[in-house]
Amino acid sequence: MAQPPAPSVHVQAEDFDPGREQALLTRGRRDIGALVSFVGLCRDEDGALESLELEHYPGMAEAEIARVADQAFERWPLQGLTIIHRFGRIRVGERIVLVIVAARRRADAFAAAEFLMDYLKTRAPFWKKERRVDGAAGDWVEAKSEDDAATERWR
Amino acid sequence: MKALYFAWVRERIGLAEEEIAPPGDVVTVRQLIDWLSARGEGYAAAFANPATIRAALDKTHAGPNAPIGAAREIAFFPPMTGG
Repeated sequence: MAQPPAPSVHVQAEDFDPGREQALLTRGRRDIGALVSFVGLCRDEDGALESLELEHYPGMAEAEIARVADQAFERWPLQGLTIIHRFGRIRVGERIVLVIVAARRRADAFAAAEFLMDYLKTRAPFWKKERRVDGAAGDWVEAKSEDDAATERWR
Repeated sequence: MKALYFAWVRERIGLAEEEIAPPGDVVTVRQLIDWLSARGEGYAAAFANPATIRAALDKTHAGPNAPIGAAREIAFFPPMTGG
């Protein structure tokens, strides 16, 4: 059996095209039966939010996402993986994060995608600061205990 | 060693990074936090609640009891909110 390609991990300011990334991941492949794609967007918090400023730790962000990706490959039989996480200013409605998991079977692809997002939220070094519509100084988004709980259930 | 600060830790200290030279009896991450806290008001504010502080040694997560050892870089930041 051929080795699946190494996970593709990108940390970037620019937007990404999920359709293009899916096409890149599956191009020329005949072994993939399931593709699960998750896109995280910047929501407006009931109209209060104008944008988010995402700070990150360059170098560690890439390394930590790669470590989480390796764990996913150890836990599930996966055929490919693409993760893109943006930093900088991200306006309401824009894309923040992309996870695409390719597997032979959908159960593995769904589970790995959920695992990856749970881990990214609590382990990847990114921090969100709010910019509010009314111009008031926004707060740093606080980590949620339910995100920690979601990560814990994979242990 | 180089110390890096992110998000509100950076804002409270007023620096994104600096060179630090902790004394030899500062062995663990927790001891380094205590040592930094004594350096001034901003540091004390940043590290007032250790439960909300996360650390990384050479770009790898490290708990409060982790030995600093020969790490070249230590980073302090709040719990992460990516994704």
